[in-house]
This record gives sequence, C-alpha cells and structure tokens, in this order.
Amino acid sequence: MAAVQWRSRGRNYEAELQRCRPEGAPVEFGDYHPLKPIMVTDTKTRRGARKGSTSSSSSSSSSVPPDPLSSMLDGTDPLSMFAAASASETPTMSHSASTGDLGRKKKEQDEDAVGPDFEPWSSKRGEILARFTTTEKLSINLFMGSDRGKAPSPGSSAVSEKVRTRLEELDDLEEGSQRELLNLSQQDYANRIEELNQSLKEAWASDQKVKALKIVIQCSKLLSDTSVIQFYPSKFVLITDILDTFGRLVYDRIWTMCSDPRPLPDSFTVEDVNDTAKETCLNWFFKIASIRELLPRLYVEAAILKCNRFLNKSGIRETLPRLTAMIRGIGDPLVAAYARAYLCRVGMEVAPQLKDSLNCNFFDLLGTFRQISGESVQNQLVLQRVETPEYLTLYSPAISWILQCIAYRAPEILLTEMMERCKKLGNNALLLNSVMRAFSSEFVAARATDFIGMIKDCDEAGFPKHLLFGSLGRSLACSDPPESERLTILNEAWKVITKVRNPQDYINCAEIWVEFTCRHFTKREVNTILADIIKHMTPDRAFEDAYPQLQSVIRKILNYFHDFSVLFSMERFLSFLDMFQKDSVRVEVCRSIMEVFIKHQVELTRDPVILNAMLHICKTMHDSVNALTLEDEKRSLALLIIGFIRMVSFGRDFEQQLSFCVEARATFCNLEPVLVQLIHTVNQLAMETRRVMRGSHSRKTAAFVRACAAYSFITIPSLSSIFSRLSLYLLSGQVALANQCLSQADAFLKAAVSILPEVPRSISVEGKLRSSESFLLDFINNFLATVLVVPDHPEHGVLYLVRGLLNMVQDYTWEDNSDAKVRVYISALPLLAAMCQETYLYSIPKVDSNETLYGGDPKFLSEINKLCETLIGQILDHLKALSRDEQSTKRQGAVAFSLFGILLAHGDLRNNKLSQLAVNLWNLSHKHGHCETRISVRTLEYMKHQAQQPNMVHLSDTVQRLTLQSRT
Amino acid sequence: MSVTLDIRLKRANKVYHEGEVVAGVIVLVCKETLQHHGISLSMEGLVNLQLSSKSVGVFEAFYNSVKPIQLISSNIEVAKAGKIPGGKTEIPFEFPLLAKTNKVLYETYHGVFVNIQYTLRCDMKRSLLAKDLSRNCEFIVHCQPQKAKVAPNPVTFTITPDTLQNTRERSSLPKFLIRGHLDATNCVISQPLTGEVVVENSDVPIKSIELQLVRVETCGCAEGYARDATEIQNIQIGEGDVCHGLSIPIYMVFPRLFTCPTLETTNFKVEFEVNIVIVLHDDHLITENFPLKLNRV
Repeated sequence: MAAVQWRSRGRNYEAELQRCRPEGAPVEFGDYHPLKPIMVTDTKTRRGARKGSTSSSSSSSSSVPPDPLSSMLDGTDPLSMFAAASASETPTMSHSASTGDLGRKKKEQDEDAVGPDFEPWSSKRGEILARFTTTEKLSINLFMGSDRGKAPSPGSSAVSEKVRTRLEELDDLEEGSQRELLNLSQQDYANRIEELNQSLKEAWASDQKVKALKIVIQCSKLLSDTSVIQFYPSKFVLITDILDTFGRLVYDRIWTMCSDPRPLPDSFTVEDVNDTAKETCLNWFFKIASIRELLPRLYVEAAILKCNRFLNKSGIRETLPRLTAMIRGIGDPLVAAYARAYLCRVGMEVAPQLKDSLNCNFFDLLGTFRQISGESVQNQLVLQRVETPEYLTLYSPAISWILQCIAYRAPEILLTEMMERCKKLGNNALLLNSVMRAFSSEFVAARATDFIGMIKDCDEAGFPKHLLFGSLGRSLACSDPPESERLTILNEAWKVITKVRNPQDYINCAEIWVEFTCRHFTKREVNTILADIIKHMTPDRAFEDAYPQLQSVIRKILNYFHDFSVLFSMERFLSFLDMFQKDSVRVEVCRSIMEVFIKHQVELTRDPVILNAMLHICKTMHDSVNALTLEDEKRSLALLIIGFIRMVSFGRDFEQQLSFCVEARATFCNLEPVLVQLIHTVNQLAMETRRVMRGSHSRKTAAFVRACAAYSFITIPSLSSIFSRLSLYLLSGQVALANQCLSQADAFLKAAVSILPEVPRSISVEGKLRSSESFLLDFINNFLATVLVVPDHPEHGVLYLVRGLLNMVQDYTWEDNSDAKVRVYISALPLLAAMCQETYLYSIPKVDSNETLYGGDPKFLSEINKLCETLIGQILDHLKALSRDEQSTKRQGAVAFSLFGILLAHGDLRNNKLSQLAVNLWNLSHKHGHCETRISVRTLEYMKHQAQQPNMVHLSDTVQRLTLQSRT
Repeated sequence: MSVTLDIRLKRANKVYHEGEVVAGVIVLVCKETLQHHGISLSMEGLVNLQLSSKSVGVFEAFYNSVKPIQLISSNIEVAKAGKIPGGKTEIPFEFPLLAKTNKVLYETYHGVFVNIQYTLRCDMKRSLLAKDLSRNCEFIVHCQPQKAKVAPNPVTFTITPDTLQNTRERSSLPKFLIRGHLDATNCVISQPLTGEVVVENSDVPIKSIELQLVRVETCGCAEGYARDATEIQNIQIGEGDVCHGLSIPIYMVFPRLFTCPTLETTNFKVEFEVNIVIVLHDDHLITENFPLKLNRV
C-alpha cells in the first residue's frame, strides 16, 4: 500500500466548544424549576414533626433549607438506637449462646427485670477465670451411680428380685465405677468440666434424666473440695456454668410441657400450668430433696429455683430464705461464701425484687467471718502453703458479687448501714475492698475521704493495701469525688502507693490512679506521677514485666490529653516512652500515640516540640521495619507516618517546609509510601509558591521551585515501584512546567521516557500477577497529553520528546498477540493533529508552547505530517499482518475501526487519499461482521450531523460510500 | 406387628383416696387391625409382709413369709373377643376405690419388710400364636386426712458427753455442747421436718451433721413378732467444721412412697424415727434419736 499523506483537519476549539454547549435559558424567580431548592420550614417543633408523620403543615419560604440528613441525626436516630440496644444485648447473647431461642428469650426478659445497668455475671466470669489460676495439679473425683445412700432401693415386690439385681449390675457396668482423675493441669481441668457439660447435654437430649442429674450432683460435689485453694474461684465459675445449663434444661423442658396447645406467656401464673408439668416439676424437687450431701442439694436446688414458678406463687419467696439458712451448714467459709454468691446470682436472675435474702446472706457472711482466723482454716492454709493475704483475695469475687446484688438500686441508707457493719468487724479490709468494688462508684466517690481513712486504719498483715487503693481508684475513675477533696485524695492515695515495694503491685495500682489524675488534674500532676512510675519501674528493669500496665498508662493519658503540645511538654513523657524497650511493644505504643495524633490533631502544626517528639516516635516506628516485616504492617506504619507528615505545615515559611521534607526523607527512607507522600508534599509546595506569587516568580521563588524540582528529581529514582516512578516523573514534570522550569520539566519527562523499557510485562497488583499493559497504555496516553504543551528543546530536534517516546514504544518488548503498540500509535495521532493547530487546545500561562515557537511553520507541519504518515504506515502494516490469521480478524476489525475514528475526528477528509483510506478502513472493520452495528449506526449519524456544518460538507460524500452491513 | 398396651390414669399424680373413682384409659397402639380374645382390667391392693432373716431363721424367713393381705380386688372385662382397628385406640374405664369388707385401705408405702401397693393390671388375651399382653400400673392411695388437729409436740435437746448413753469409754470423749430443737415430732407428712441445731462449742472439729430418717417395721404373727429399723434416707445438713454458735437449720422433706402416716394394725406396724447424727473429725459418732409420728391432714 502506498504511503498515505496525512493532512490534519483544522480545528477551531472555541467554536466547537460553543456548539457543544446547550443554550441556557434564564429562569425567572417565580418560575418553576425542578432543581430550584424547595424551601420547607416546619411550623411544628422538630420532635413533634417526627412523631406526627407526614401530615405536618409546611409552608414555603426563603429561609435556609433544613438539611434532611442533619435533621435526622439530631436526637437519637433509629440506627444508633438499634446499636445501643444491641450493645446492651451482647453480654446476654454471649451468656446464653448455648441455649436455644427459647432460653434466650427468657434470659432477655430477666435482664429487663434487672435492668441493663446491672453488671451481669457473664462479664465477671472471664475476669475470675483469668485471675485465679494455678500451676498445681488438680484432681476430679467422680463416683457415678455408686452413691448408695442417695437412692434407697425400694423393696418393691413388683419387680422380681432377680430382675432387680440384674438391673443393678447393668447400672454398675454402665456408670458405677468411681473415676478419679489425678494430676490434671488447669487447662485439663477446664476441659474435663466442659466435657461433663457436654455429656450433661447429651444425657439430657437422649432422655437420660437421671444420668444428667447424677452428673450435676457430682459436679457440684467438686465444689466442696478446697485442695488447691487458689483455683477455687475459677472452679466455681466452671462448675456453676454446668449448673446453669442444667437449670435451663429443666426449666425449658417443663415449660415446653405446658406449651401445648399454645406456648405459655412469659408472665404465666400457676393456673396456666397443667398437672403433668406440675407433677414432673414436683418430682424434680423431691428427687433433689433426697440428695444426701449438703452442697449438691443446695446447688442443684438453687439451679432449678426458677422452676418454683410452675408450682406455686410463693415458692421462690419461701425457698430463697431456706436455702440461705441452709448455707450456714457449710463449714468452710470460702465454700460458703461462694455458695452465697451463687444463690444471690440465681436470686437476682429469678426474683430481683426479693432483697431480703440478699441482705440475709450478707449478714450471715459477716457472722461467719471470724472463721477465717479460726483454727481449721489456718491449718489448711499452712498445709497448702498459702499466705493469708492471698487467701483473703480469693473471697473478693464472691463478696463483691453479693454486695453488688445488694447495692443494685438500693437506698443509700442501706448502703450506709452495710458500711457501718463492715467497719465494726475486724479484718474488714477484705470487706472494704468488696464494698468499694460493688457499691456504685458515685457512692464511693462521694465518700472517698472516708474510705481513705478506713483504708489507713486497716491491719497491715491482712488484705494488701494496694488492692484497696486499686479498688478505690477504680471507683474514682468512673465517678468524681467532690471538687474540693480531689487533691487531698490524690495526695493521700499516692503517699501509700508510692510506698508499695513490689513493682508489679505498684504498677497495678498506679495504673488505675493515672485515670483519676488525668481526669482532674493538669499536666504538672500527671508529669509527677509519670516521674514516680519511672522511678519505681526502672530499678532491675522491672518495667519488662509490666508492659501491659505501662501501655495502659499511655492509653489513659492519650484519652485525656489531646493537645499534643501539652502532652509533649511533659518532661517525663518521652522518658516514660523510653521504658518500652521491647521492640514490638515500643512500636505498638508509638502506633497508639500516632493514631490518637491523627485522630485529634485537627490543625496543621509547626510546633517544634511536637515535631521533634513526633519525628522521634515516627522514627521509632520506621526503624522497626526490617526484612521480616509483613507488607500489611509496613503499609499501616507508612499510613501513620504519612498522617503525621500531612499535619506538618510551616505556613508561609516554604523553605523550612522543604528542609523538613529533606529531613523526613532521610529519616523514613525505608518506607516507600512515605517517600511518595514527601514528593507529593514538595510538589504541592511548589504549586503553593506559584499560587502565592500569582504565577510570576521572583528570582528567589524561582530558585526555590527549582530546588523543589531537584528534590523530586533525586527522590524519585529511589522508589522501587516502576509505576510510582513513572507517574511521579510525569506529575513533577507537570509541576515544573507550571512553574516555568523548562529544563527541569524536560529532564523529568526525559527520565520518564528513559525508564519506559524497564516496565515489566506483568506486575503484582494486590498480591496477584497481572499484565502491566493497561497501566502502561494509561500512562502513555497521559504522557502524550502533557507533551502537547511542552516546548521543544532548542538543542534537540523537532518533536524530540514524541519521537523519543515512540522509539521507546517501538523497541519495547510488548506481549505477543497484543495490539498495544499499534494502540499507542493510534493515540499518538490525535496529539500530532493537535500540534498542527494554530492555537492549541490548552497551554500553560507564561510558557510558550510549540505553537508560538514555530508559529505554524510549514516545515514544522510537514515534519508532523511525515511522522503521522510513518505511524499510519506502521498501523496499516500491522493490520495487514493481522489479516493473515483467521483468529485475529476480530482484533483487526477493532484496530481498523479505531483508526477510522481517529481519521474522522482529526484527519482532513477533503483529501481524497485520506478519504479513500477511511472508506477502506470502514469496510475492513465491517468485513468480518465483528463490528457492533449500533456503534456503526451512531457513527454514521454523527457524520451526517457534522456534514451539515459549512466546512464539513465533504463528509456527506464520504457517508455515501460507507455501507452498513446488515445483520444477516 | 407391634402392639403397645398402656394404662393412663386421668390424674397426673396418680393419687386417689378411698371412695373416689379411679378413672383412666387403656391405650392400644397398633399398626394393623388386631385380633384378640378379650381384654380385662383388674385392680388389686396388697400388703406384703416379709420377715427379715435377722429376726427369724433363714429358712423360716424363706418359707414362712407371712401371707399377703388383700385390701381390694376387682376385675372387669373391658372388651369382648374381637378386633381392634389399626391406629390408636383408647378405652376408658372407671373403678370405684372401695375396700373389701372388713378391710381398711392403708396408704401406699414401700418399705423393706412391709409393702403396701395398689396396682391396675390390664390383660389382653390373644390367639395361640401370639403372646398375651399385659400391663401393670401402680397408683397411689392416700388415706383420708385425719380429722383431729395435730399437736406439733416440739422438743428441745442438748447433747453433751454426759447426756450420751451407750458410750464405751466416757473418759476419752472430747468436750462438746450441742443444742437444738425440732419444731414438731408429731409431723404432717406433706410438710418438711424442721428445726435448728447449734454447735455451741466442740473441742474436736466437726466433720458432718446429718439427719437420718429411719423406718421401724414390725411384723407380727402367732409365733411372735419381728421388729426391724432400717434407714430410709440420710440428709447432710452440716458439712465441715461449721461455725460455732450459729444455728443450722434442720430441714427434711419426707420422701413420697417411702413414708406413710404412722400405721398400727393387728398384723404389722410402720413407725418412723429421726436421728440427728454428728460426726466428729476423729470419727466419733454422736447420735440423738427422736421418734416421730407422721400424720396426714
């Protein structure tokens, strides 16, 4: 095919733009227009309007329209109401996760009766399990079915003697053997108990009610065993879980027995219960009443306390005091205390209105308090080698729970009475501790000074004082003591805390008090406390064992101090951070500081204190990155550092900002995203300078923007990602161009072209290997669009950059069977056509583009045309090559059609040869029927439309020669 | 071909009194039509007496077990020979609960040597090839509540080493003082036994405090009588070294079937006692016995 001569179509961009714009019709004030804001003001109050649905009267007026979104958000919107509801539900859900729907429903109802402000047992559970642990070996002793005393064999004559013995034998074979499991670790123990829980459920499901009862009895019997006493509270938690399960199973079963024909309402009365259900229920109670041992009888009856509802109205009211009195029979005070806690727990769940037995429990507990110092307990402690203070702490969950039940919505008089009673008893530190934990924090906070007095009076040898102050601190963290007492409280408390020798005890207590201090005092006090903590934790590197607490201190401070200039002006804050010497913890702390910074630092800052400290923190994070760091970790660290960099601004002091970026680049050289951000920051700086100078640089600013460009130019090569490099080169080139730094812009663009061959054929995107072709095409198109305004370098030839690019494209190893190269050629044509115009489509102020440089010189134009012809030649060659292969006809059609499009838009079709070429391309693209008819029809319509314009009449001839291929 | 035969009483708790009507249904469930030679239902009330081998010689006990006393016996034919359609068939029945002449309906009691039991028995006769079917169902008889008011007759007690009988060596006993009371020894069977016990002091720690319910059964015949005391149940009310000076509740529910109102007839007697047992840590056993009279009101 002979070389085609290219003629660009002359364009008048202004006129074309004008034609594209629809005519605007001014709208008069009173006219209707759909987009004109309708202003509706509610005459009712907003609250009323929401309640009263749509019928609110409204009238138009010109006041500020209320935003419908913001009006929804004020008050409680339905979504946050749901969220709140579900938040309060979650503990219940997790608690009854194992029960069916039915059980859960009832659970929720119970919670209602108690109210969501009652801290449920489920939240204590985990805490107890985590706190009371042991490394000693445990044992489980179960006698299944060999409990002869319990079920006396009825000398029934109905069953013959022979059969009976045989049955008994079977019984024995099945479950009669005594099982004793020794040497269990704590985890084994918990697993065993869980197994028992499972087998309880299985036994129940397979209708072996007696076996289920036996399991429960054996489990509750374990609670009388106080060997390995440190583990007792946890054991209690595990075993009462089983009891809860059992209680639910029994209740649900009897409930379903009554649910025929329709389910019982939740507020059923005794009359609604049928006789069979009553009889079953009664049977359970008789069976349980005959359990030989005290403890199982007590626990199992408490577990099914709720079932009393089926029998009579007053059942629960009568049973609770009886069970309470029954606990007096338990000799071991610890076992008794926990039995009381369980009874209170069940009582609160089933009948929260019955407060008397709660109080009764507490007074009985006080009554038996002297037992702790009694001989049997002390002997046991010696035997188990447990110190009294440690032993006393074992009580606190139980006593705290009982007190919490009592204190719940209790009148103040009662609480005061309770406190007085506790005061009178010796050894009251334990009680005091529980009082502080269980009573409402407001109550405690209001009497904080009293409490401090009482704590001081306590016996040194008994309950550890730092725990008492810990409990007090916890209350004060939630509620505020009277303003005037605050400083005295802090002083008094800290006087004791600072004397605690054991660093672990010290930090546990100090950590709690940090909250109180941050809440009410200034940085001075917090600083003092930090200093004290540092003093205590530094010797012997005690901080190594206290990282969680130290972290919590930091968290608390960050909660209250959002002003970072204040925070960092605390002298001890940074030295406090120095205590985090384990790398992972250190980074985590830095990270949490950064998160707070990003969240709360609203204003840009140039405060040297903040900058120094933050740079230090960011550097710590940055330095933690090594070859083994995960990608995700790197990304999140980089994000945090970027967040910091974005907050730094020196205002008009651009040079300082640039030098900050230089410093930052040196500091954060290992995190690529940070470098990218720094380049963006510097580019932005250059543009900001331009804005300030209103486009015309002085000598000084010109030097500065050149410095910016230099910064980018030397930073970009250190990036490893080829596409970030390419796009940053291009972007920086554009910035340089905008700032009239022509040689810099040239260098950027040249650099971009020169690294093009390095682009790999495939890159990994989000962990998957993908072809880089589409990215590369995107970049080249973007690049071409920029080249239009770049003036030619006087020392290099005409269209030096375009040629360079096309050469690179030519030499690049494209994927086999890809049209990418040709596509680049096709997209270069519009650029070349645009360069032929007298006035360019766009230009950069104060930069002379080629239009001015050459001024439409025919030599320049012919250069362009020659280039176009080469390109078209290449494209046509490619088309020819494609026609050799059957399979590539579709691609051929597509390429041909896009070239046709370019010719139509940018070529001068008055030229016969071009016109002929266009017709040929049209035919080629339609030859194999791969063209979408709709697009073809559209194209024809467009051409007909264009032909109506005066200088485009020739198009109508061309249209005549284009035939549409029919679908058939 | 499977058939199930069942007797269902109307009352869920199966408790009836003399003069009342025992009503219920016989439930037959079969897959196909069932041929039978008649279904009959009988009601029987029996007192079984047995002499313990302890009181009498072994052989004597074996052969000479006292004749059972029949309290009630009646029989009705529920259905004549015929067919029963497949599916579930319910045949209602009613029996008046009336004692035989000269007999009293004692309350149901399951003991060791004395057993008082009432049963319904349904028999279905079938052809030679198929087995006859039968089904037993026990029901419970409560005697008529006693008219007179029960005087509770409470007792208080104090146990010290000095109050004990049957001690081997009084000198080696540790010192202790235990006081308490029972709210009633003349008890209502449907209500629990209640009271209190207080350990005022004890030199040796206490291991356990238990309530032992004991039945005393007496079987009489021409040659003499046998009297045996056996344990019904043992309920622990105190475990471990209980707090001194603190009252511990005594509370025991009388188990159903294994207890009945105290019974005295010409042939046999059923009486009850309760023991308060205190076990000391050195395994000394201190027992205090209280005879009880049970009543139904």
